[in-house]
Amino acid sequence: MSDSLSAYTALITGHEGDEIESYVARPTDDGIRGGVVVIHHMPGYDRSTKEIVRRFAELGYDAICPNLYWREAPGAAPDDAAATARAQGGVPDGRLIGDVGAAAAYLRALATSNRKVGVIGYCSGGRQSVLAACNLDLDAAVDCYGAFVVGTPPDGFPLQVTNLVDQLPHLRAPLLGLFGKEDSYPSPEQVAELDEILTADGKPHEFHSYDDAGHAFFSPDRPSYRVAAANDGWERITAFYSTHLGG
Amino acid sequence: MCTYATVKTALDGSAKGPESSWFHVTDGTVYFDHPVHAMAEHTLNIDFADPARGPSARVAVELTAASARELVTAIQAALDSAPAELTV
Repeated sequence: MSDSLSAYTALITGHEGDEIESYVARPTDDGIRGGVVVIHHMPGYDRSTKEIVRRFAELGYDAICPNLYWREAPGAAPDDAAATARAQGGVPDGRLIGDVGAAAAYLRALATSNRKVGVIGYCSGGRQSVLAACNLDLDAAVDCYGAFVVGTPPDGFPLQVTNLVDQLPHLRAPLLGLFGKEDSYPSPEQVAELDEILTADGKPHEFHSYDDAGHAFFSPDRPSYRVAAANDGWERITAFYSTHLGG
Repeated sequence: MCTYATVKTALDGSAKGPESSWFHVTDGTVYFDHPVHAMAEHTLNIDFADPARGPSARVAVELTAASARELVTAIQAALDSAPAELTV
């Protein structure tokens, strides 16, 4: 398999017909393959997220990351866009579903598509990955340490989000969850609660929780990076997508 | 974690940068969450901004929790040290 790839910016028609910027990376060969939608973390559509998109192309998938902050801050630096979006209340769940659905449709329309599309998100994007898989026809979902999939925010916690417990019965795709045992949000207890709910509902899922890892252990440019957990996590993601997006 | 917590306040003043230019500040956004640059998992972040001038009209600081508390104390001490009639 060649590891040649190309990457480019595309405008896609997102939620409610809004045109939004997206970053696309694709293997250069014309073989038939699956696709991956990458949901960027709260700090935005940044360099590290685009590296993840390119990594999925290197792994043999057509990959796309929609810029969830494009409406608030078109053309702005990723950190400025994230600050602007945050000050305006963040990304509404309905809009996230619309934008991820549009990104999945973009991938399925490619001549190289086998019509199978997975989704992956980190941090706030982990919750959004589960949200998307509860509301869209996707073939696999990966949640990397997303907080508030389950769990009740502490008293006085000024959250803008709700948990997804009432939506979990609608989960339509197998879920891979990757977590750090030293994380507080989601805590090991919350991961166990999610595991129990999905098991009771008969939802296919596979969870891995790592010792000596907290939140954001995949981020190589942050002090939270844990090489052993990140390396094993990437292997789990590779095997999971090979099973559910291949063929 | 992403705390999602965001505290907003109206401001009236000026800030310097980006590109070493001063601009009028109208909005402050304060939150405790992941930093972009600081070497800490979470920091107290403040954006001094003028949204009317676009997303780049922003001065951002990311402070450890301890240094943010020291800053609060320092600001209060500086205000208290000035004659009361000047700080109304």
